[in-house]
Amino acid sequence: MDKNRFFFEHYGLTERDLERYLAAALSAGGEYSDLYFEYLSSTSLMVDESMVKSASQGISAGCGVRVIAGERTGYAYTDDLSSERILHAARTAALIASGPAKTPSVGFQEKPARSLYPVTLPSVDAEITAKVELVMRADHAARAYDPRIKEVRASYADELRNILVVGSDGTFAEDSQPLARLNVSCIAKTDGNSARGSAGGGGRVALDFFFGEKTPEYFAKEASRQAVLQLDAREAPAGEMEVVLGPGWPGVLLHEAVGHGLEADFNRKQTSAFAGLIGKRVASEKCTVVDNGTMPWRRGSLNVDDEGNSTQDTVLIEKGILKGYLSDKLSAKLMGMANTGNGRRESYEHIPMPRMTNTYMLAGQDDPQDILRSVKRGVYAVNFGGGQVDITSGKFVFSASDAYLIEDGQVTAPIKGATLIGNGPDVLTRVSMVGNDLRLDEGIGTCGKDGQAVPVGVGIPTIKIDRLTVGGTAKKETGGFMQ
Amino acid sequence: MSSIQLETRNQKLETDLKDLAQDIVRQAMAGGATAAECVVREGDEFSTLVRLGQVETLKESGSRAIGVRVFNGQRAASTYSSDFSRESLDRMVKSALELAKITSEDPFGGIPEASQLGSLTGDLDLYSADVYSLPGEERINYARRAEKAALDYDPRIKNSEGGSFEAATGHKVLANSHGFVGEYQRSYCSIAAVPIAQSENGAMQRDYWFSVARNLGRLESPEHVGKVAAERTIRRLGARKVKTAHVPVVLDPLVAVSMLDHIFEGVNGDSVYRGASFLAGKLGEKIAADRVNVIDDGTMAGGFGTSPFDGEGIPTRRTVVIENGVLKSYLLNTYTAKKLGLQTTANASRGLAGTPGIGPGNYFLQPGTKTPQQIISEIKEGLYVTEFLGHGANLVTGDYSRGASGLWISGGELAYPVEEITVAGNLKEIFMNIAEIGNDLEFRGAMACPTIRIDGLTVGGQ
Repeated sequence: MDKNRFFFEHYGLTERDLERYLAAALSAGGEYSDLYFEYLSSTSLMVDESMVKSASQGISAGCGVRVIAGERTGYAYTDDLSSERILHAARTAALIASGPAKTPSVGFQEKPARSLYPVTLPSVDAEITAKVELVMRADHAARAYDPRIKEVRASYADELRNILVVGSDGTFAEDSQPLARLNVSCIAKTDGNSARGSAGGGGRVALDFFFGEKTPEYFAKEASRQAVLQLDAREAPAGEMEVVLGPGWPGVLLHEAVGHGLEADFNRKQTSAFAGLIGKRVASEKCTVVDNGTMPWRRGSLNVDDEGNSTQDTVLIEKGILKGYLSDKLSAKLMGMANTGNGRRESYEHIPMPRMTNTYMLAGQDDPQDILRSVKRGVYAVNFGGGQVDITSGKFVFSASDAYLIEDGQVTAPIKGATLIGNGPDVLTRVSMVGNDLRLDEGIGTCGKDGQAVPVGVGIPTIKIDRLTVGGTAKKETGGFMQ
Repeated sequence: MSSIQLETRNQKLETDLKDLAQDIVRQAMAGGATAAECVVREGDEFSTLVRLGQVETLKESGSRAIGVRVFNGQRAASTYSSDFSRESLDRMVKSALELAKITSEDPFGGIPEASQLGSLTGDLDLYSADVYSLPGEERINYARRAEKAALDYDPRIKNSEGGSFEAATGHKVLANSHGFVGEYQRSYCSIAAVPIAQSENGAMQRDYWFSVARNLGRLESPEHVGKVAAERTIRRLGARKVKTAHVPVVLDPLVAVSMLDHIFEGVNGDSVYRGASFLAGKLGEKIAADRVNVIDDGTMAGGFGTSPFDGEGIPTRRTVVIENGVLKSYLLNTYTAKKLGLQTTANASRGLAGTPGIGPGNYFLQPGTKTPQQIISEIKEGLYVTEFLGHGANLVTGDYSRGASGLWISGGELAYPVEEITVAGNLKEIFMNIAEIGNDLEFRGAMACPTIRIDGLTVGGQ
């Protein structure tokens, strides 16, 4: 072990210390213990009314100790990285077990290094003036887009998370995980009418990403376009109808409808509507869905997960057939299945669990224009606010923020935001067309589960769902969409 | 299971947190700040989850953090740290002073006037050390008993996400360069159960119930929590879709509170001054039905939204937000009050970093006189909502559309469960159309709302 060792250097940690902590964690007889060291530095900036009103920086560091005994997990953490406090946390977590002390394996095996986000200068260490320039440019571009744009807020946030995970099974993994994001939200106003729009993006990227690939102007224009368009939005229809999803962020459908339901912890406990469906048809044969944590620069990607395992490209649904679940160490062991490297946690204060990374549907054969032309009356949704799922009943929602009516194969009027609701285990069986235009989202997704937030990605090509309930307000006589 | 010992961090501290906060403020001022504010937070938490009778997780820990906000004339910036070493604290203050050179001059920025600062006196009943008084085994038993009561309630309850018991205490200190320094402690404990029921065709439903209190004595019994959770879960079995309809909608208190939250977001000064709220510019106007009275009161003894001072060091107070349907006050902090030419309502909320936000005290809709049963009995065909899914409220336009599940009302009675439906309308009309308010106000958090009936919504289904 001769690489740069962040925690060894900054906190004087040694391998001997780590072994001592792991032994303390197993002092009451647990089967497995691990330590998660985290050092997180972050910056954020916000411009409102063309003024930089807020700027902040901060540091948060700590260590979480986990002990597993059978299906039981003991957990304790400390924000003080002294030997005394880590040992105290280890002995506290140890008490989940009751038996003679176990000895951790001797020596650590380090994972082969991967480099999915090789930034030379992490954005968190970059000049603050460059970040100020980004938010000010976003503000100017949004205001320049249209005189009706009256309020603009642009924010920039970045972080660098240094982690070290060691386990009593010899696991040893370190990673340095950058994350940056730029957001623009604006309000368009006319006499007696107003509407909002928002856009943003980023990833595990360096600051130059926002000066080259995805500029503040790019996000500002998109936010402004949505806001101005929404000024003239009509009431959305209500009831079941054909729905076409545009490419990219509408992949949040997959995240809610199937992704959460395929997390192994829910299936181990048989609390998911997908429990016991492996090998069964859960989607039309045009649908292949994967969770891929190995995509360079992506917001949902990780070199190693928060249990020290390499992330993977995991097939969840192949040509409509359910193939597998997303697992972490505990569920893989208890279910006797492979570990897919999806053990994630929000911070050192949290117990890891199976989580998604970048979840998307592979491209199909259909021309997106043909998909739209095939719809007589329906809704074309190209952007969404977010979603939620009840994994037990399988019911999920996602909220369209940029959507249009389709009439006789033509995209016509913009409609107001509406919630779409469906049933996870069968919504994809009604996918009749899949476009050739797979796109990943811009890098703004944050997923919440059991109170823990982690960054994720989603993606989808243009798809047509033959029947989905749209939660609009239009009455039958005006909308003509009720069945 | 061995016994569990909780070592409270308060006893371990070598420096008094009030002194520390004042020192940081002095250090910032000595470094050139024209005003400064320091917040210190410290907390302990315990939680356990029991599933199918077995302990699944046991978590116990404490943490603390410190943040400073400085002004360089009209420029502001903030920094924070979880590391309390001298070196880290020095760096924190220095970075804040540096950052405050690159932000913009904002004529409305600044900390409150010295004359506004202060703290409510007297015992606000926010802290009880007894939340940690149970021995480890007993804490686990609370969780186990809640789950068992749910599992025993009905044979169709075959699975569970578990029963849980949690306890936490928090200590908060605020100091600023006007010489204000204040502190308070709060405690919290809760019991919850999340059972899963299965019908003959294999379809599963999940629901939950919980009790939360500032001391152990006020918690509902684990058995009661488990039983209510089971009742709420069983009644969802066999849920079906319904046809799209325009019918009265009754919201159970747990979901009605979300409607009240939309009003909160609508009167939030930050949205108001930007014109980002459907309630901006409506002071003195009728925005809700006559029967609607909404209060925010940060002073109620024992309340979940109570504190002796707000996030800027101003004593909390009682504010009438809506009176007989008329909007009487926005909810403001110092900055948004200045922007609007009004006085703060002492609703500043303060994280470790960034500008103060706006948070509720004890915020509620005043109850009416009818029982929920009476309200339901007056409806021929309608929807009783027990759960909303998603976040489909647009506070700029008031457009509202959310996923829902609940029970269909037929002939004045709860007839059968329904799911996979949407409820849509516009918030401007929704609050005017609050047709009934129940008598069942009960605080389970800082916000509370009785059962309400709303007319004129679109229920979207088949």
